[in-house]
Amino acid sequence: MRRNRPTRGSERKAGTVSQSAVQPTPASPTPEGGHLLEVRDLHVEFRTGEGVAKVINGVSYHLDAGETLAVLGESGSGKSVTAQAIMGILDTPPAVIRSGQIRYQGRDLLTQSEEQRRQVRGTEIAMIFQDALSALNPTFPVGWQIGETLRQRAGMSRGDARRRAIELMELVKIPDAANRLGDYPHQFSGGMRQRVMIAMALALNPKVLIADEPTTALDVTVQAQIMDLLSDLRRDLGMAMILITHDLGVVAGVADRIAVMYAGRIVEHADVRSLYKTPAHPYTKGLLESIPRLDFHGQQLSTIRGLPPNLMRIPAGCPFHPRCPYVQQVCLDVVPHDLVLGDGRTSACHFAQEVRDDRAR
Amino acid sequence: MTAPASPPKKVRGEPILAVENLVKHFPISRGVVFQRQIGAVRAVDGVSFDLRRGETLGIVGESGCGKSTLARLLMRLEMPTSGAATLEGRDLFAARGGELRRLRRNMQMVLQDPYTSLNPRMTVGDIIGEPFEIHPEAAPKGSRQQRVQELLDMVGLSPEHINRYPHQFSGGQRQRIGIARALALRPEVIVCDEPVSALDVSIQAQVINLLEQLQDELGLSYIFIAHDLSVVRHICDRVAVMYLGRIVELGTEEEIYQRATHPYTQALLSAVPVPDPEQRDNQNMIRLIGDVPSPANPPSGCRFRTRCWKAQDVCATQDPDAVPRAADPHPSACHFAELREPTSPS
Repeated sequence: MRRNRPTRGSERKAGTVSQSAVQPTPASPTPEGGHLLEVRDLHVEFRTGEGVAKVINGVSYHLDAGETLAVLGESGSGKSVTAQAIMGILDTPPAVIRSGQIRYQGRDLLTQSEEQRRQVRGTEIAMIFQDALSALNPTFPVGWQIGETLRQRAGMSRGDARRRAIELMELVKIPDAANRLGDYPHQFSGGMRQRVMIAMALALNPKVLIADEPTTALDVTVQAQIMDLLSDLRRDLGMAMILITHDLGVVAGVADRIAVMYAGRIVEHADVRSLYKTPAHPYTKGLLESIPRLDFHGQQLSTIRGLPPNLMRIPAGCPFHPRCPYVQQVCLDVVPHDLVLGDGRTSACHFAQEVRDDRAR
Repeated sequence: MTAPASPPKKVRGEPILAVENLVKHFPISRGVVFQRQIGAVRAVDGVSFDLRRGETLGIVGESGCGKSTLARLLMRLEMPTSGAATLEGRDLFAARGGELRRLRRNMQMVLQDPYTSLNPRMTVGDIIGEPFEIHPEAAPKGSRQQRVQELLDMVGLSPEHINRYPHQFSGGQRQRIGIARALALRPEVIVCDEPVSALDVSIQAQVINLLEQLQDELGLSYIFIAHDLSVVRHICDRVAVMYLGRIVELGTEEEIYQRATHPYTQALLSAVPVPDPEQRDNQNMIRLIGDVPSPANPPSGCRFRTRCWKAQDVCATQDPDAVPRAADPHPSACHFAELREPTSPS
């Protein structure tokens, strides 16, 4: 099955190492520049004492109004750094944005001043983080923290901010909101703290919500509650959502489209159903095969051999080639393009079609 | 290669570890000069089970249910408030001195976080060889280095890495070092406390396969504590579900995953996201409301009743025992134990 078919060259644009990635979804109905949020060929590196880590190497993705995009990847794949670049909260230094664009409603955020970006942050794009306990300030009551945004940014009076904070806490279904306004973060359970953070993110009615591993620290029953809440809010408020996660189960439940990241690149981009049914990148395929399933008692798990690359020494050619079961000579030398597979799917693999059609699962 | 054994693999063998009504309460005290106890966190509150030779017993539950305290009790890192446990017939909590040391040789632990469970100032050789310092009879002095190299090889690391430090390894490799350390004294029982939950998906599968392979080669018995129900189903022969310090349901992998009768188990299973978008709409999920109550002040009667959709008056007054129920003959601590229709997707 890993034999390369003799016909493989015919359908593939093999060869050229041009870095500027093809726009991921030419099949998308929205005209060029018409996306709500668009990341174009972003390159970010971290300059440290030990060397330069190339964390983001040409990431492009887009988000339309009202949809949910999942960005899936393991630790170090660059999924959170991309989000931080969108929010403008990267620590620079050590991070340096080498090139690329982040366009929100047609404007490139990266060329804007800090003051202009502040106007976008929170009111247009808001973010929630994985660890609510460390994201919240332990020395102030939660009501004050939710209200702070409203007082600072919406110019509300303390009384108005307080009333709105209660509304927001009710919106995220915190029971007995009016009485819990004065409680401190440590007095809330993990799930409730995550709700408080969601309430803060929603305070200024953002159009885009970036959720960075929102349920990773939570138990399954609470995870289910929070994911339900997020998808209900997204639908009711008409937001678009970027869900950053490593959990293939969570993604399957809520996402419309998925971008899979590996070593700072998007290796596969597809709608959620096609991706699970016919993964077209060996990494995606390996991930799907290596998770234990609740719905059957498996035998030995198949694994992806080896380790993710050190970002200071990303392998030449395809960064996944040392771990790839489909590897050929070409993979060692040539960085694969985003190969367009139709239906808006792309895969950065020289053998994307073979992988997709290989139904070994 | 692990043999793809017949589905219910090795549910045979005599009990190697027997736990009887184990209780651990942590006192809550108040006052600086005059300390007085004002309550207790009932972390483990009456837990009984057997571990059979060669099997993997999974212990699942949400955070705060007492599964890690149970592990620490079994390792005798804590002494119980009451209750008993025997390892190969010998009382785990009465042993002292030399006898305790011999008992501990037979029972080792793999910890959750591979980043904090290895001393950063010790080489891998020293870390894996440290058990031999405490138990010199396990390996004569001259053969220790060779034994450490064998162990490294056994867990899939290169024996040449013996002089490296933990920071030179990735998370998955560090977890392998932790496993090698646990294997050093050739124990028969290994308590794994969330051994893969800190690892990435692609690495997690490698470590799970390693644990299964070692079990087949060395005939180990595992107590496998985890919150990830998919992983537990994959690796375990029998599963105990814990809630607020109690085992609410105990059965074979099939009994728990196909024929669960306790509402909490059913809810827990239905909350696990299935990695298949086709099942997005037809999962009949049970959504639990609220959070786990505080173990310092558990509800009267059945502890799950505050979140249970089946709760009746009797649940508030009568604490259900984990006994076989009419719906399915495995222990389930629910007055209204019944199978769920339809059962889990498969």
